[in-house]
Amino acid sequence: MIGPQELAFLGQGLMWTLALTAIGFTGGILFGFLVALARVSPIRWISALAAGWIALFQGTPLLMQLFVVYFGLPLLGLAPPAWGAVAVALTAHASAFLGEIWRGAIQAVPKGQSEAAHALGLDYRARMRDVILPQAMRLSLPATIGFLVQLLKGTSLAAIVGFIELTRAGQIVSNQTFRPLLVFGIVGLVYFALCWPLSLWGRRIESRLAAATAR
Amino acid sequence: MVQLDFGVVLERWPELAWGTLGTIWLALAGMTLALVIGIAGVAVLRGKSRIGHAIVRTFVEVIRNTPFLVQIFFIFFALPLAGIRLNPTATAILALGLNGGAYAVEIIRGGVDAIPQGQTEAGLALGLRPSEVFRFIIIKPALRSIYPSLVSQFIMLTLTTSIATSISAYELTSVAQRIDGDTFRTFEVYFTITVIYLGISWLMMLMFAAIARRAFAYPTR
Repeated sequence: MIGPQELAFLGQGLMWTLALTAIGFTGGILFGFLVALARVSPIRWISALAAGWIALFQGTPLLMQLFVVYFGLPLLGLAPPAWGAVAVALTAHASAFLGEIWRGAIQAVPKGQSEAAHALGLDYRARMRDVILPQAMRLSLPATIGFLVQLLKGTSLAAIVGFIELTRAGQIVSNQTFRPLLVFGIVGLVYFALCWPLSLWGRRIESRLAAATAR
Repeated sequence: MVQLDFGVVLERWPELAWGTLGTIWLALAGMTLALVIGIAGVAVLRGKSRIGHAIVRTFVEVIRNTPFLVQIFFIFFALPLAGIRLNPTATAILALGLNGGAYAVEIIRGGVDAIPQGQTEAGLALGLRPSEVFRFIIIKPALRSIYPSLVSQFIMLTLTTSIATSISAYELTSVAQRIDGDTFRTFEVYFTITVIYLGISWLMMLMFAAIARRAFAYPTR
C-alpha cells in the first residue's frame, strides 16, 4: 500500500523536481538572454554561433543532452554531483529555447521603434535596454511561460539517468508496492497541479496581448 | 587525459542503422496517429455534443500538462490491466500518438478558427455535404496555415521517441543503451547517437518541406 512513508519519498522527489526546474529556468534566463542578444547581433559570426547553439539543442532529444553532459563532464575532469550535471544540461537546453523565443520577440518589435531610437541618437545599449527589450519581454511572456511548463515536465527525464526526482521516486515506489497505476496517477496529478495553473496564466496573458494589439 | 574510442561504437553500425530505422518508424507512426487524433478532436470540438467537448478539452489539458515519461509508464501498465496486450513498440506508438494528438488538436483548432464563417456557408450553399465542407473547405486550408507549427511539433515528437527507451521499445536510444552495456563507452555511444538524431531531425525537416511543396502548391488568391 501507499503509506505515509511512500508519500514522503515522493515529496522528497518533488522537492528535487522543483529545485531542478528553478535552477534550469534561472540559468536558462541568464544564458538565454545572451543567446538572444548574440542571435540578433549585427556581427555575422556571433549570430551564426548562436544560431548553431539553438539548432543543436532544438535538433536533438533532451534525453541525449542529459546523457552527453552527464557522462561528458567527468571526461573533462569535472566531477559535479548528479544534480549539478543535470542542472548544467537543463540550463544549456533552456538557454537555447529561451534564446530562440526572445530572438523572435526582439524581431517582432516594429522596426520603426529602433529607427526612431537611432534617430534620437541612442546608442546600441540604450536602444536595446530602453526601447526594444522592454517591449520584447512583454511580447514573449506567454511563450516563456509555455517553455517553463515544458522545462518542468522535462526534468522528469533526469529519472532515466538515475537521478531521484519525482518521476524516479514514483518508479521506485511503484516497484516496491506493485501499484503502478495508483503511483503514476498520483505523480501525474502532482505534475498537472504544477503545470496547469502556469498554462492557464500563460494563456490569459496571451489573450490580453492579442486584445491589446488588435485595438 | 581520457582516451576516447569511437571505434568500438561505430563497429556496431548495423545495430545503429536498425535503431535509426526504428526511431523513424516510431516517429512516422506516432505522427500519423497524432494527426488523426488531432483532426478527430477538432471535429468533435466543432460538433454540438457537450460531453464530446468536455472529453476532448480534458484530454488536451491532461496530456499537455504532464510529462511524456509519466504518460508512457501509465499507458504501459494500464493496457495489460485493461486486457490489451501490445508489444513495447506498439505501446510507444500509442503513447506518442496520444501525446502528439493533444498538441495537434490545439494547433489545428487555431487554424480552423481562423477560417472565415462565410467560406463554410459558401460550401454548404454549393451543395457540399457537411463532411465534404469539413474536409475540403475547413481542414485543408487550416492545415496549410498552421503547417509550420505542426511541423515543429512533429519534429519535437520525433525527438520524444528517445523516451520510449524507458519501456524498451525498439529505437535508437535503446540500441545505444545496449551498446553502452557491452562496451562501457558511455560518452562515445551517446555522442554518436546525438549526431544521428541531429541527422534524423534534419531529414524530417526536408521531408516536411517536400510535402508542403506537393500538398499546398495551389494558389490562394
